[in-house]
Amino acid sequence: MMAYDMLELAGRNLKESKLRNMLTTAGIAVGVASLVALLSLGIGLQAWANRNLNRSGIFETVAVFSKRDFMSFDSDERRSEKTKSNENAQPLDAAARNEIAKLPNVVEVYPEMRFQTEVVFEGHSQFSTVAGLPLSARGSDAFDDAQGRFFSGPEADEVVLQEDFAKRISPNAPLLGKQVTLRYAERSATDAGTQEQGFTVLRREKTFTIVGIVKQEPYGGWRNFARGRLFIPVNVAEKMNVLQPSALRDAVSAGAKPTYISLLVRVGNPKDAQAVQEAIKKMGFTTWSALDASKGMRRFFLALDLFLIIFGSLGVAVASLGIINTLVMAILERRREIGIMKAIGASDADVKRLFFAEAAAMGLAGGAFGVALGWAIGRVINLGTNWWFARQDLPPENFWLVPWWLVAAAIVMAVIVSLVSGLYPAARAAKLDPVQALRYE
Amino acid sequence: MAAPNQPAVLAANVSRHHKMGATVVRALDGVSLEVARGEFVALLGSSGSGKSTLLNLIGGLDRPTSGTVTVMGRELAQMASGELAAYRRNTVGMVFQAFNLVPTMTLAENVELPMRFAEVPRDERGGLVRSALARVGLGERAGHRPSELSGGEQQRGSIARALVNQPVLLLADEPTGNLDSRTGAEIMDLMKALNREGMTIVLVTHERAIADRYATRHIFLSDGRLSDRPVLSGTAEVAP
Ligand SMILES: Nc1ncnc2c1ncn2[C@@H]1O[C@H](COP(=O)(O)OP(=O)(O)OP(=O)(O)O)[C@@H](O)[C@H]1O
Ligand SMILES: [Mg+2]
Repeated sequence: MMAYDMLELAGRNLKESKLRNMLTTAGIAVGVASLVALLSLGIGLQAWANRNLNRSGIFETVAVFSKRDFMSFDSDERRSEKTKSNENAQPLDAAARNEIAKLPNVVEVYPEMRFQTEVVFEGHSQFSTVAGLPLSARGSDAFDDAQGRFFSGPEADEVVLQEDFAKRISPNAPLLGKQVTLRYAERSATDAGTQEQGFTVLRREKTFTIVGIVKQEPYGGWRNFARGRLFIPVNVAEKMNVLQPSALRDAVSAGAKPTYISLLVRVGNPKDAQAVQEAIKKMGFTTWSALDASKGMRRFFLALDLFLIIFGSLGVAVASLGIINTLVMAILERRREIGIMKAIGASDADVKRLFFAEAAAMGLAGGAFGVALGWAIGRVINLGTNWWFARQDLPPENFWLVPWWLVAAAIVMAVIVSLVSGLYPAARAAKLDPVQALRYE
Repeated sequence: MAAPNQPAVLAANVSRHHKMGATVVRALDGVSLEVARGEFVALLGSSGSGKSTLLNLIGGLDRPTSGTVTVMGRELAQMASGELAAYRRNTVGMVFQAFNLVPTMTLAENVELPMRFAEVPRDERGGLVRSALARVGLGERAGHRPSELSGGEQQRGSIARALVNQPVLLLADEPTGNLDSRTGAEIMDLMKALNREGMTIVLVTHERAIADRYATRHIFLSDGRLSDRPVLSGTAEVAP
C-alpha cells in the first residue's frame, strides 16, 4: 500500500469513531503536557540559577591564598604529606601577582582589599568595613537596582555605600554627591626607603564623594570575611596602603616583602576558570573557586530533572494504555472490515501499518496539543509565581523555559510511545483470520 | 505465465481439518478437482458439506491442512503470506453472500479499495472505478453508501469490486443467498455474461435450479468429500 493511501485510510478510520479517538488523543496530550510542564519548570529553575550565578561573577573568579595561610580547601590534599609543612610556602606577593596576571585567559588580578576604618560623615564618625571593587564589578547584578552610578574610573575618589549603612548615617537626607572621610592607618616605608627594612604606621584621612548606593555587596570573590559597607575602587584602596593584619607577619619574617592575604583572579569566561585554577595551584598556591561548589549544584539539578521525568512519564504511561485500549476496541469493531480488506488483497503488513498509522497520528496530535498545553501550564505557573512575587515586593523572575529541543523531544516521544502502544493491537489485527471474520453477519 | 492448456484450478487431495479439543472436524477431506479455463463450475452440497471451505482455499484466504491447490500453474501452499495477499488482489476476485461492502465507504470508494492494496496509480483509479461500476450497471450510484442501496445493487457493487483488478478467476459464495429470486437472477445473468467474456467462475450454491441454469459443470460435495451424484437427503437441495 502506498503511503498516501495508508494515511488516508487511517484518517478515515480515526474520523469514524471521532469522540473515542479524540479522548484518547486528549489523554496523550495531558500526559505529554504534564511532562513538558514539569520539565520546563526544572529546566527554567536551572537556567535561572545559572543565570544568577553567572551574573554574580562567581564562576569567573578564582581566589588565591598563600599556603602559609590556607593549606588547601580540599580535605584530601590537606591530609597528604606534601602539604604538611607550610614554613617555606610561596609568598603571595607582588611578584606572584605579576606571574598570575600573565597566565592565559586571566583578565585581571586584584588583591582582596577589605579593612576597618573610621568613617566620618557630617561630623559623626563610626567604624565600618571598606572593600575594594574592581571596575568589572560594574556588570554585577548588585548594580541592577542601584541608586546613583558606578565609579567613574579606576582611580576615582568615589564611594558606593551599602543601603543599610547609608540609612544609618543619614536616615532621611539624600546622600548622593555628598562627601565622606575615611580615617585609616597607612603602612608607610621607613626612612630607609624600602619596606623590606620595616615600616612606619601613619594616621591618614581621605575624602570620597558618594556616587551610588547598592542593596548588597557585589560579588568580588572571597566574601567570607566581614561584609563591606563602603566600596571604593580597588586601585584607590591599594594605593592607600592600609595596614593589613598580614603586615605584622611581614615585619617579623626576615627580609619579608609585603604580601597579600588573598588575590582575586578574574577570567574572561567561566569555562576558563578551571584551567586557570590548575595553573595557579601548580605555582604553589591554594585556590578556591565556585566551580568546586557548583558541581554539587549540577548534580542536584540532574537528580531533580530525573525525578520530574519519572513523575511526568506516569501520565504518558497511562496515555499509552489508553491508546492500546482504543486500538483493541477498534479491532473488535472493525473485525469484519479487516476481513474484507484481507479478502480483497490487503497483506498482513498493510493491516499492521494501518494500525500503526492510526497510533502515530494520535501520538503526533496528542504530542503537539500536549506541548501547547504544557507550555500554557508552565506559563500560568510562571504568571502565578510572579503575581505572588509582586505582592511580596520581589522583582519578577522567569522560572520556566521551554527550549526547542524539549518541544521536539516531547512530540517525538509521544509518537514513539504511541507506536510502541500500537505494537500489540497492530499485530493482533494483522493476525486476524479473514475466514473467521467474514463467517457470518 | 501458465501454458494455455493448463487448468485454471487444480486441487489435489485437499483436506482442511479443524481441531476442536479432542475431536477433529473434517471440513474438507481429500478433495481433488480440476477447473478448466473459461468454465462456469457450480459447487453444490448441503449445508456444512465444505463448499465455502473449498472456495476459501482456492481464494487463498485459508491454507489446506494437507494437499495442494494450484491456480493458473502456481501452487498456493508455496506462497509466503505477502505473496498470497498479492494473489488475492490480482488473480482472484471474491463475492460473498453477505455482500461485504465496507459500510462507511461509498460505492466508488469500496471499488477503489482493492486498487489501493494493489498500488494502482491514483490517477488511473477514477476511470477504472467508473468502468467497473458501468459494467455492473451502477454508474449512477457511485457516491452512495451501501446502506442506501438495495441488496441486488450491493451485490453488483461487490462484483464490480471483485473485477476491478482484472482477475482471471471469480469465486462467488452463494451470491444470491440474500436476494429474492428475481434479483438473484439478475446477478446470475451478470455472472453468465462475464463468463461468456472469458472469466472462469466457481460458484457455490445449494440451489440446484441456479446451478442447472447457469453453470457448465456441477461438482457435488458431501461431508467434505466429492460425491458423484447429488445427495438427495438434506433440506437445501432441490431435485431437478
Ligand atoms: N473454524 C472452524 N472450526 C470448526 N469447524 C469448522 C470451522 N470452519 C468450518 N467448520 C466446519 O466445517 C464444515 C464445513 O463448513 P463450510 O462452511 O465449508 O460449509 P458450507 O458447505 O459452506 O455450508 P453452508 O452451505 O451452510 O455455507 C462445517 O461442518 C463447519 O461446521
Ligand atoms: Mg458456506
